[in-house]
Amino acid sequence: MTRKTVLNDSHRALGAKMVDFGGWDMPLNYGSQIEEHHAVRRDAGMFDVSHMTVVDMRGPRTCEFLGHLFANNIGKLKIPGKALYSCMLNADGGVIDDLIVYFIAEDFFRTVVNASTRDKDLAWITEKAKAFDVQITERTDLAMIAAQGPNARAKVASVLGEAAAARALKLGKFVAVEADGLFIARTGYTGEDGFEIMVAESAAVDLWNRLHAAGVQPAGLGARDTLRLEAGMNLYGQDMDESITPWEAGLAWTISLDEGRKFIGRSALEAQKAAGVTRDMVGIIMDEKGVLRHGQRVLTESGDGEILSGTFSPTLGKAIAFARIPAGARDAVRVDIRGREVSVRVVKYPFVRDGQAVVA
Amino acid sequence: MKEIPGDLMFLKSHEWVRVEDNGTATIGISDHAQGLLGDLVYVELPNVGDTAQAGTAAAVVESVKAASDVYSPVSGEIVAVNDALADRPETINEDAYGEGWIFVVKLSDRDELQEMLDPDAYAELIESEED
Repeated sequence: MTRKTVLNDSHRALGAKMVDFGGWDMPLNYGSQIEEHHAVRRDAGMFDVSHMTVVDMRGPRTCEFLGHLFANNIGKLKIPGKALYSCMLNADGGVIDDLIVYFIAEDFFRTVVNASTRDKDLAWITEKAKAFDVQITERTDLAMIAAQGPNARAKVASVLGEAAAARALKLGKFVAVEADGLFIARTGYTGEDGFEIMVAESAAVDLWNRLHAAGVQPAGLGARDTLRLEAGMNLYGQDMDESITPWEAGLAWTISLDEGRKFIGRSALEAQKAAGVTRDMVGIIMDEKGVLRHGQRVLTESGDGEILSGTFSPTLGKAIAFARIPAGARDAVRVDIRGREVSVRVVKYPFVRDGQAVVA
Repeated sequence: MKEIPGDLMFLKSHEWVRVEDNGTATIGISDHAQGLLGDLVYVELPNVGDTAQAGTAAAVVESVKAASDVYSPVSGEIVAVNDALADRPETINEDAYGEGWIFVVKLSDRDELQEMLDPDAYAELIESEED
């Protein structure tokens, strides 16, 4: 059965084109996904991300548990509200999911995992939590709205009470605060500044309407995908999965091999690193007209690879992609598009950050 | 939904044909099809002088979301292509039945037109698809 977020009627009333996304009936766009993309880059847009899975974890040994569960080091979180991006790995070092975790109190952490991986994530987390007596609670009572763009923070603040607005505007990047009954985090998935706001389901439609009235433009999953890819952010299932390690998915920066911490997957990661990682995730730009797509074959002088996430970048006006190719291959890279070999450039990503092209 | 001009005929795969007085056929994709594809960002046009075969792909339209073949409903020599689409593929989103035409074929077999749907039949088809 298709699930609906509490904002489903709001999307339909706005004329959204709805699609099935991981079992959820979600807005793809409200007319033009390119216009929605530009609204986020230039002003402020908002996404219903209530389909994502919010999980609270409580208990005196929660921090120790998360040190075991996550490849990034939860110990980096020193102040309440601070967030961390991490992978959750299986014993082989494969990525079960990528997530954000918030430090709320010594005995209380909150994580947000993908909608498409909800069932296996909850099963995994619950199973592993037993040994640490950590209580796992899925927060199905919360909706989530991401307001993103250069003017998003100011527009969100304009619909909050005075005290809550002041606290929200003071937030540093990757930090969250509870205010006005909302959980407001200065995080996102677009490469723009903004907030991700968790709100009680019963108050979500009202918040959505107030944000809309404040000039925050509704944006769908289509724009969300082009924005995150421009921003150089991975999408689970497309850029990595359980057969891929973070080394092979451009996520080495999220692995913390700190002294003595035995997280799940660590020994496999260390073994792979010692043996040499043979595949690399790279950014690709195509200067010729056309669009790079998931699954296209990439040809290099060291062997073949494939396009992972690929799309047309509205900001750059050309096709961009992530590709997994033999490690070190950089020159004479081509992509097979309907039988035609098209030259592409391997580039560092992000492609776009804070509204500006980072690559030429 | 946009009104469908009465002088068009359609394939089930959402291409339209307009037969002109001079024996050529102008081909594009329907307004319904552009809506399904979303914002178009690239059109791969055939070359003038190529031969189109009825029922085979002659062009490709790509939206942010997906690439889609455009089948030629009729056979014959391609005598014109809409070069303006190279810079403004979104013209198809804006005016699928007018400025968004894709290519023109010199008809070689008018019988091929018999197979096609008239505007009412096509409207019925897309209505049933939406259920």
